[in-house]
Amino acid sequence: MSTPPPPAPTLDEDGPPGPDRPPERPPGSSGWHPGRFALGLLGVAALLATMVWVFDWLRTTDAGRLPVVVVALALGVLGIFGLFWVMDVAVNQLSEQGKLRVRPWIFIGPALLLLGVYLVYPTIYTILISFQDARSVDWVGLDNFRFIFTDSGMVRSIRNTFAWVLVVPSFAVAFGLAVAVLADRLTRGESLAKSLVFLPMAVSFVGAAVIFNLIYDYRSFGNQTGLLNGIWTALGNDPVAWLSFEPWNNLALMAVMVWIQTGFAMVILSAAIKGVPDDLLEAARIDGANEFQIFFRVVVPTIMTTIVVVATTITINVLKIFDIVYVMTGGGAGTEVIPERMVTWFFQRGNFGVGAAIAVLMFVAIIPIMIVNVRRFRAEEAIR
Amino acid sequence: MSTTTETPRETELPPEQPPPPAAKPGKGGPVRRFFQGWGVRLSVLAIVVLWIIPTVGLLISSFRSRSFIESEGWWTAFARPFAEGQWTLQNYQIALTQQGFDNAFLNSLAVTIPSTVIPITVAAFAAYAFTWMRFKGRNLIFMGVVALIVIPLHMALIPVLRLYTQGAELWGITLFPQTQLVGTFPAIWLAHSGFGLPLAVYLLRNYVGSLPASVIESAKVDGASDFQVFTRLVVPLSVPALAAFATLQFLWVWNDYLIALVLLGGTPDVRVLTVALAGLQGQFGQMRHVLPAAAFISIMLPMVVFFSLQRYFVRGLTAGAVKG
Repeated sequence: MSTPPPPAPTLDEDGPPGPDRPPERPPGSSGWHPGRFALGLLGVAALLATMVWVFDWLRTTDAGRLPVVVVALALGVLGIFGLFWVMDVAVNQLSEQGKLRVRPWIFIGPALLLLGVYLVYPTIYTILISFQDARSVDWVGLDNFRFIFTDSGMVRSIRNTFAWVLVVPSFAVAFGLAVAVLADRLTRGESLAKSLVFLPMAVSFVGAAVIFNLIYDYRSFGNQTGLLNGIWTALGNDPVAWLSFEPWNNLALMAVMVWIQTGFAMVILSAAIKGVPDDLLEAARIDGANEFQIFFRVVVPTIMTTIVVVATTITINVLKIFDIVYVMTGGGAGTEVIPERMVTWFFQRGNFGVGAAIAVLMFVAIIPIMIVNVRRFRAEEAIR
Repeated sequence: MSTTTETPRETELPPEQPPPPAAKPGKGGPVRRFFQGWGVRLSVLAIVVLWIIPTVGLLISSFRSRSFIESEGWWTAFARPFAEGQWTLQNYQIALTQQGFDNAFLNSLAVTIPSTVIPITVAAFAAYAFTWMRFKGRNLIFMGVVALIVIPLHMALIPVLRLYTQGAELWGITLFPQTQLVGTFPAIWLAHSGFGLPLAVYLLRNYVGSLPASVIESAKVDGASDFQVFTRLVVPLSVPALAAFATLQFLWVWNDYLIALVLLGGTPDVRVLTVALAGLQGQFGQMRHVLPAAAFISIMLPMVVFFSLQRYFVRGLTAGAVKG
C-alpha cells in the first residue's frame, strides 16, 4: 500500500500552467441549484423505491423461475450502477465547493455502508454474544469459552484442526512445488499438465465431496464401488469403511483438501520459480552443483517468501474448512473441525453463545497468520 | 531478486571455474539428463493421472446406468466399455427434471452474477475515490478497509442472520428494519458483496493507483467530471484487475455452500446448486446413481469460466494471496 501518487501537475499542451491554475471549473457548470439538487435526491429515492418494489414483486410473484431469475439479475446488476449514477447526478447540482466535498463520500459511501453492516457490526456483535447464553439473553461471562475447551467434541475438533493445519499445507506445498519444478522442465505439455492439476480449484468443496465418494465408497461384501476399496480388496484385503475408520478417516478428508489446494500452490510457486534469475542457476551449474543441490540450495531459498505466503494462505483456508467435513461425515466418527462445530452449534442446535465463542476462537487463530501473511506479501511486493 | 545478489556470485566464479568443466559431464550429467528426460515426463504424468482420476471417475459414473453404478466400480467401464445398457443420459435427465437441478442452476446464476458485479462496482468507485479524490481521513479509511481482510466470514454469520430475521435497534431507533430477508436473493448478494469487498478494494486500489496520473489529470483539465473519468477512462484501463477479481469472486460465490445454506436455505425454489447437491448426497442410497450427474452439472460452469479466464484467475490468485 504505497501512498497514492500525488496528482502530478500536468503540463499538457492544452492546459497552460500558471494563471489557469484551478482546473475544477469547466465552463457551463457553475453555482448550485437547490431545486435541481432536491430533484436529484428525489431521483435517488425513486430508484431505491423502485428497487424495493421489484424486490417485493420477486418475493411474492408466482411467475416461473426463469423470469424471476432474469428480473433478479437486472435488479442486482443495473441497480447498483444506477444508484451510483443517480447519486452523482444529484451531487452535480451542488455548488463547486459542495461537489468537491460531497462527491468522494458518494463514491466510497456504499463500500463503507456494506463493510459496516456485513463486517464491522457483526464482528462486534459476535464478540459480545460470545459472552452471553444460548439465546443471547443473560451474560454468562467466560462460560462459553470454558465449554469450548472442555466439551469432548470441541476438544476433538481443536485436535483435528491442528492435524489439518499440519498436514494439508505441507502436502499441498510439496506436491505443488514438485509439479511446478518438474513441469517447468517439460519440453511440451507444461501448460496442459498444470491446467489439469489446477482444475480442482474450480470444483466446489461439496462437489469434491461427491467426487471423493467414488474413491472412498465402502461395501461390506460383493463388488466394491469405491476405487480405494477396489484396489484394497484386489490386493487380498477385507474392505475398509475409510470414512468411519478413526482416526485415519481424518486423513481421507484432508486428502480432498490437498487435492483442491495443490493447484493453487503450484500456480503461485511456478510463477516464483520462473522468476529465479537464470544466471543464478547457471552460476551454480558451473560451480558443479547437481540438479538436486540447485533445487534445494538455490531455488528453494530464493522463493522462500513465496512458499511461506502459499503455506500460510492454505493454512487460513484450512482453518475455515467446513463444507468437506459437513458433507462427507457430518462431523461424525471423530472428524470434527472447528468451523464445522461452529455451524453445528449455532445453526443446528441453536446455541448462539457457543457458536459465537467458536467463531471468536477461529478469529483469534487466524489473525496472527494473517499478519505474517500480509507482512510477507508486502515485503515481496516491495522487492518486485 | 535484485542485481545486488547476483554480483557477488559472479565475482566468486572465476577462481572456481577451472575444475567444473572436468567434473560437469561426470557428476551433474546423468542426473540432469534424467531430470530432463523420461524421469521428468513420468513423474509429471504420474501426478497428473493421480489428480484427474477422481474427476474422470465422476464423468464416467455420471453417464452409467443405475444398475451398473450400483453393482460395480466405475473403473470397470475401462475393461468393458461396450457392455450393453451401460451408457445413458438418464441420470442427467433425472437430476434436471425430477431433482430440481434446473432451478438450482438458475438460482446459482441469480446469486452469483450480482454477487460478483455489486462488489466490483462498489469497490471500483471506492478505489477511484481512494486514489484520485481528496477528502479527510482518506488513508486512514483505506487502511481500515484493508484491515477488514482478516475477519473470517464466520464471525459475521450469526449477526447477519439475526439482522435479517429480527432487524437492529439502538436505543429505540430502528437502524435496520425487521424484514424477512432470509431466503431472498438480495440478502445473499449483499452478504457476499460485503465479505468480498475488502479484498476487492485492496486489489483495485493497487491497480488504479498504478495508472498514469497524467492521463487522469489531463482528462479532468479537459472538463471531464469524476464520473466520466471513472466510467470512460479508469474502468476500461482497469479491465485486467476487474477481470481478475471477477473470476475469483465468481468461483468463490458459485462454489460457496455455507453462506447459501445459512442465508438462502434449502427450499427447492431458492436453493443453489451446492445446497441441492449436498441435500442429494444426504439422501442415502436412493439417489446415488443421480449424484455424479448432479455433481457434474454443478461443476460445469466454473470449469468453463476457469478454462476461458484462467489467465485472469491466476493473476487474481497471485495478487490476492492475502485473502482471509
